[in-house]
Amino acid sequence: MKPGRAARLCFLLLCLCCAGCTGWQSAMDPQGPAARRLDQLFWLFTGTAALIWLLVMLVLALALLRRRMPPEAVAEHRSTVAVGGAVAATVLIITGLTFASYLATRQDSAGHADALVIRVRGFQWWWEVTYPDAAPDHSFLTANEIHIPVGRPVRIELAAADVIHSFWVPNLAGKQDMIPGRDNALTFTVQQPGIYRGQCAEFCGLQHAHMALLVVAEPPEAFERWRAAQLAEAQAPRTPEAAEGQRLLEIKACGACHTVRGTAAAGTLGPDLTHLASRQYLAAGMLPVTRGALAAWIADPQTIKPGNNMPMVSLSADELQALSAYLVDLK
Amino acid sequence: MTALRCAALVVLALAGCKQEERAMRLDPPIAEAMDAVALMPDGIGGRPPEVHVAMGNPYRGNAYQISQGKRLYEWFNCRGCHADGGGGSGPALMDGWWRYGPDLVSIYVSIRDGRPNGMPPFRDRLTPEQIWQLTGYIQMMGAYSASAAAPGRNDRMFSRPSENRAPAAAPAPGQP
Repeated sequence: MKPGRAARLCFLLLCLCCAGCTGWQSAMDPQGPAARRLDQLFWLFTGTAALIWLLVMLVLALALLRRRMPPEAVAEHRSTVAVGGAVAATVLIITGLTFASYLATRQDSAGHADALVIRVRGFQWWWEVTYPDAAPDHSFLTANEIHIPVGRPVRIELAAADVIHSFWVPNLAGKQDMIPGRDNALTFTVQQPGIYRGQCAEFCGLQHAHMALLVVAEPPEAFERWRAAQLAEAQAPRTPEAAEGQRLLEIKACGACHTVRGTAAAGTLGPDLTHLASRQYLAAGMLPVTRGALAAWIADPQTIKPGNNMPMVSLSADELQALSAYLVDLK
Repeated sequence: MTALRCAALVVLALAGCKQEERAMRLDPPIAEAMDAVALMPDGIGGRPPEVHVAMGNPYRGNAYQISQGKRLYEWFNCRGCHADGGGGSGPALMDGWWRYGPDLVSIYVSIRDGRPNGMPPFRDRLTPEQIWQLTGYIQMMGAYSASAAAPGRNDRMFSRPSENRAPAAAPAPGQP
């Protein structure tokens, strides 16, 4: 390969890397003050390190080019100055960067009186999301999809049910671990409406890679509408087929782990399904919520997401049809 | 000569590639045939389906199948009555005493059809394959003998020895 072509190829590859800088899951595309501070910190560190590297290379190149040995006394004096300078510069740079880190993350732990509190609990391998409220009938549960109003601080209280997980929505904030028996919290504000993807950032078992969540930031009015819709009980079946689906959900093993408010299913081990079809994804970001995907998931969850805690429940083809018809209607 | 030795080593190392087989899901006709147990008229003891014999009794010696059985034990709340095997409102499963016999078929039928005085039937909740996995696990738990195949580790505190562990040797006379 000619040198010119190699250079062009390298340039092309570098350009491809730039695609990682934006998108719905990228720390390089910050959408709030907390993420922006982290982004600035990243560039500060990268810039400083690049500058030091360039300076060292420059000095090295000069030394190689000059190839002159000064008298011993002069050389000794110069090396003392060089070593002293390097030590001073190191101390200065480390102190400066430490201070910059402190400044960047100091505001993250500051409390906000009007913050919207959301509790997120990590399970193997999905997220339970609670919107608490002083009035118990105004708090509700959902899973894997967090809706937040734009412009209002959001305080996410983090906990874990089984092993250590980590909450990370790169566009919005840094990582925060979810540790069983220990309460962590994360506060951030989103300024742009949009959908941001997050992921578990602490290895938590076989399906760690398939533990995603969505943060949907919307204008306050839309958020209130969504909240009111979530507070409602599940959509009553509208067709005989869906009614049969609801009956199956109650008598089969589903209700042992899942809740559908307004029916007899009231299990608490799996995600709340009351408004399952209002979410975009199934099984923590694995499948879109469509009737086909729902049927496939129920028919054989262990092949789609091996190791997860949902057993295969024996259902005939007709029962599967009815159940998926009912679930896809739970808007 | 060195090349020959290297080749021999490589061939030996290849043996490490062999993994225990995991049958994720049975073929539907086999799964259906797995339910055809021949049972004695009194509901105790019988013969496993021929396909089970043909498959070489996979639910007792295969670590994956035993692990699945253990997960089903949790998922379907066997613990609710039988506790960790020690028994609660249901009988103990690990004291070596079986009301309906220790063989696989009796355990299978107990789970599938239920038994008097409280054991519910799981016919509609589990597939025959899942009942077999559970059967294998329960028989192993009750056997209380050493085994090379072990299920997964407990997620909660251990309230009894591991399923694949032999009982501690009885102390010799005169020893504390």
